[in-house]
Amino acid sequence: MSDPIALFRMMLTIREAELALARLFADGEVPGFIHLSVGQEAVAAGVCAALGPQDSVASTHRGHGHALARGMALEGFFAEVMAKSTGLCGGRGGSMHVADLKRGMLGANGIVGAGPPIALGAALAHRTRGTDGVAVAFFGDGALAEGTMHETLNMAAIWRLPLLLVCENNGWAEFSRSDTQVAVNLPAWTAAYGVPHVEVDGNDVQAVATAAADAVAGLRRGEGPRVIEARTHRWRGHYEGDPQRYRDPEEASRMAEHDPIARARAAMIAAGAAAATLDAAEAEARDAVAAAIAAARAAPPADWMAALNGVYAPAEV
Amino acid sequence: MAELRMVQAVNRALAEALAEDPTVILLGEDIGAAGGPFGATRGLQEKFGPDRVRDTPISEAGIVGAAVGAALSGLKPVAEIMFMDFITLAMDALVNQAAKARFMFGGQRGVPMVLRTPHGGGLSAGPQHSQCLEAWFCHIPGLKVVCPATPADAHALLRAAIADPDPVVVVENKALYAMKGEVEDAPAPLPIGRARIARPGRDATIVAYGAAVHWATEAATALAQDGIEAEVIDLRSLQPWDEATVLDSLSRTHHLVIAQEAVEAFGVGAEIAARMADIGFDELDGPILRVGAPFTPVPFAKELERAYRPDAARIAAAVRRTLD
Repeated sequence: MSDPIALFRMMLTIREAELALARLFADGEVPGFIHLSVGQEAVAAGVCAALGPQDSVASTHRGHGHALARGMALEGFFAEVMAKSTGLCGGRGGSMHVADLKRGMLGANGIVGAGPPIALGAALAHRTRGTDGVAVAFFGDGALAEGTMHETLNMAAIWRLPLLLVCENNGWAEFSRSDTQVAVNLPAWTAAYGVPHVEVDGNDVQAVATAAADAVAGLRRGEGPRVIEARTHRWRGHYEGDPQRYRDPEEASRMAEHDPIARARAAMIAAGAAAATLDAAEAEARDAVAAAIAAARAAPPADWMAALNGVYAPAEV
Repeated sequence: MAELRMVQAVNRALAEALAEDPTVILLGEDIGAAGGPFGATRGLQEKFGPDRVRDTPISEAGIVGAAVGAALSGLKPVAEIMFMDFITLAMDALVNQAAKARFMFGGQRGVPMVLRTPHGGGLSAGPQHSQCLEAWFCHIPGLKVVCPATPADAHALLRAAIADPDPVVVVENKALYAMKGEVEDAPAPLPIGRARIARPGRDATIVAYGAAVHWATEAATALAQDGIEAEVIDLRSLQPWDEATVLDSLSRTHHLVIAQEAVEAFGVGAEIAARMADIGFDELDGPILRVGAPFTPVPFAKELERAYRPDAARIAAAVRRTLD
């Protein structure tokens, strides 16, 4: 069983960070498009808890949680999304491209279905270099309609690469019900390629962490690729500001019942944890996010000359 | 010194890189056991094994996407796309991922990958196996593009591309694969971005790359019979391209023709013409002229393809026109 308090803290950090982003976006302090994963925190926290520093993660447009769960520092994260020069990507990427290559976080991605082939290549690199590293690609249920998903699973299967594909199945493909977009379900899809599939309650962080640890152990033993399907809920719109006219308001009202953070808290209380300890964890997450935002506000704006000179590696003299 | 066909020079560059650097891997369709559709990778899988010379399924998006991920994870992948026309299936990986990673990740890491692919017609291969699409990639910040015209350059530019810390598209003209030429045993490294003067001349400058270099040289030979000495510049590298060498030549000849096999409109020649009309304006004694393919797909029938492809006669006519 993964450390419940560590998982709880990570989910809190992601939740606090994203709710803060929603406010900053509404106030005009975060430009562009942001896609929040509020409600899906257990998937990012649970999967990344199973990984070591040698492993690689390719993410999606809804990638804040993956980046933070992979250990991206809040300061570099907020500065990036707030378009500051101290952002980990120098303010050139923003929300859809948060990346921390030193931590094997190969980037959020603005293109649906683009991450899995990149993770496939990372898995190929781990295999070729003879490390025991594994690669993970997160993807949404809507991405299953992209051709790259099929190419990736096929290649991972024929080469038995250490690749874990994690479907964050929230029922939505952008503004459409994914069951109106994709004819195949994941058990049938994975069976067609002979790849093991497990479905987990994506709002139960322990269940996700256990499934991920089991899958990663299999990958490290060289047993070939795995797919985890985590059923979860996207609490907010496709993007911040999405009026969600396509969505039944009833659905939104029911989602809090599945809150992965509330559920983890209740489970820990039931197991004897002190409420004060959990309250303190919540306060710490809030404080850490507030400090990172304050630092980002104080940081200089993104640097145009650095961007202009950052397209290619510096020429060797 | 050895006399090699261009395809053998490519093979030698790949073999050397594989032998020198354990992080170099090759991936592509039928490059291993089959040795590649044009034989560029023949014998390499036997020598370096199936993990480093990897046969892939027919999955261009997956091949190039995997190359990006591998390059971000410590390898130097050399991906082969069997015909340049098939690159359409891998555009996201190349354009949105490989080209942008260094920039959009704030310089945390580059994507040291190579994409080798053959372009060009002359084989009656038809509209989907003959195109010259290099201008698309020259238009994408973050990519480099080279196109050799000789076996020596095919070797040297491929070595330079593999050594480069950024993604490089190496465009090989398939009609030149059988061309023979001298390749030194241990040639000096050739930096990307340096043109060469393929034939010196004083009266007009013809800038060309790939197969068009040979048509330009043929045109220069024909023009010389009429006392017109055309200088032929082989660009070798299209992005970045050697502006200084072209401007220097134009400053001596005062006349400029740009020849390419690709469709003329919106092509590499258009960019060179626009730059020289700016920085070389005072040197020009005649219009800058382009010779390229007409605005149609590449046709299949031999007589149609012959009419379609630029040749020495059209280049010579353009030189005469700008000198008029």
